[in-house]
Amino acid sequence: MIRVEGVTFRHPQGAAAVLRDVSFAVAPGRLVVLLGPNGSGKTTLLRCLAGLWSPTAGRIVIDGRDLRHLSHRQRAALLAVVPQEHAPAFPYTVQEAVLMGRAPHIRVYAGPSSADRWAARVAMEAVGISALAARPTSRLSGGERQLTLIARTLAQEAPLLLLDEPTSHLDFRNQHRVLALVKRIAAEKALTVVMTLHDPNLAAAFAHQVIMLKDGAILAGGEPETVLTEDRLCRLYDMPMGVLTHAGHRLMFARQP
Amino acid sequence: MAFPTRRCGRLRTKCVVILAAPVLAAVAALFLGAYGVSPGQVLRILAGRAADGQETAIVLDVRLPRIVLAALVGMALSTAGATLQAVLRNPLVDPFILGISAGAAFGCALAIGFLPGVPLPVMAFLVGGLAVLAACGMARSGGQISRLSLVLAGVIISALFTALLSIVKFLVDPMKLQSIVYWLMGSFALADWAQVRSAGLGILLGCLPVVLFRWRLNVISLGDDEARTLGVHVSRQRIVFIAGATLAVTSAVAVSGIIGWIGLMVPHLVRMATGPDHRRLIPLSMAGGAAFMIGADTIARSLTTADIPVGIITALAGAPFFIYLMRRGGQESWGE
Repeated sequence: MIRVEGVTFRHPQGAAAVLRDVSFAVAPGRLVVLLGPNGSGKTTLLRCLAGLWSPTAGRIVIDGRDLRHLSHRQRAALLAVVPQEHAPAFPYTVQEAVLMGRAPHIRVYAGPSSADRWAARVAMEAVGISALAARPTSRLSGGERQLTLIARTLAQEAPLLLLDEPTSHLDFRNQHRVLALVKRIAAEKALTVVMTLHDPNLAAAFAHQVIMLKDGAILAGGEPETVLTEDRLCRLYDMPMGVLTHAGHRLMFARQP
Repeated sequence: MAFPTRRCGRLRTKCVVILAAPVLAAVAALFLGAYGVSPGQVLRILAGRAADGQETAIVLDVRLPRIVLAALVGMALSTAGATLQAVLRNPLVDPFILGISAGAAFGCALAIGFLPGVPLPVMAFLVGGLAVLAACGMARSGGQISRLSLVLAGVIISALFTALLSIVKFLVDPMKLQSIVYWLMGSFALADWAQVRSAGLGILLGCLPVVLFRWRLNVISLGDDEARTLGVHVSRQRIVFIAGATLAVTSAVAVSGIIGWIGLMVPHLVRMATGPDHRRLIPLSMAGGAAFMIGADTIARSLTTADIPVGIITALAGAPFFIYLMRRGGQESWGE
């Protein structure tokens, strides 16, 4: 259970607030998508949820515990993050990269045990990258890299999963494959997922709950069917939008002026 | 496991070879030297059954401490190199490039020239620590340290401390100047057991946290944000690593002067051979650094009748290596 209560965020030197009084709740096992144009505060909100930045005002409560009062390790046991950019300084193998997800479970002076190796192996199997175990991460395609990071979060065994634009470097097919995988695994393991996306169509296809962010404030939130309307999409993206429904699918598109 | 066994076996062979290298190098170095002691005599001396006191002294009190000291210093420099490369996420740095060596050298010269009461390793650590903090502080902008600006900051810090060192050399009295100049060239020519003890303590103490926490280097090398979301207290852990590396390097500089490039070359060579995982990389860099330094020192003392400072040998090998790393544009060994 995540509760975001009146979160406002301002950069230390910046005057304008990036997030303004944002409040919402996410029930366990739900897949939530944050939608909004560039600069709307999606990534900032996700970084606050990840505990990388502290809200200027308001608070974030996860399972009844205020995020600010948790140590790095306690937080990492609660939530796992797939970052938007992943550029390791050295070409670790996929297996080594996945194994790093075990960090919160490994004592500071120790290395991974055989149980940790086993967890990494199970995680790689779950996302279907066992064959890549010995491949350097520098030689992966965008999709494979994303799968490696997802396997790492599974190895981390946190009940909450945050993904920052997981589809931004992926082709059309891989966007759907990766999101379908995330949704399937989240359902299997009863994970709560919060991710940012650019494409409202992907949100409509995969989300249980959509939160629209504009200029750092929530424009709308709720089920995709009720939130993703023509009127709201127009206001969110500041351009004429259309919505079609066909055989249970919702298709959103930009109207040519 | 997921590895095909053949790859696993090859990896193991490489690890064994690297780990055995310093022992082999040390044995070879024991039999080589300007003063000709026959191999049979060396064996008799080692077994404690030699009559000739002078030859015994040469093997046990000249060659042996020199080999042990070279091994310790090589170990310190390459461990520190591997650690700094991971912590700063920058494969182009080593203690020499970051200015730690120059800072430590200035500290030592200051102690030799003007502060006779202060032990050299203490001054070396204080000023060397200042140098690395200054380099990182200079290169940091907006919470990020870019690779190139860190190298440039190191060059500037090195230049600064080298200039300060020159002032000390200029002001100090000629008798002391001689010992500063000779020590600075980077040489093990004066090695004895007292030096082994004084350097060994700092080097082992500095390497200890690096060895213990070495798996964390993998996580830290992903970058601050990723390491934090993986539960690592990055700022605290980084200080421990940098302090350990600095202690090891400055203890080495205090006995051997400035020996560059080892900290850059050895971790890269090991990474190319056995991959970037720091669980392997750290112990293998220690062994590789020790072997490399024993080898370089043996060449330095047996190439000519004069004892060439070993720093010259490592620089001759290191400069082309750095150019090679830059030309490669960082593919395999640092995955950009």
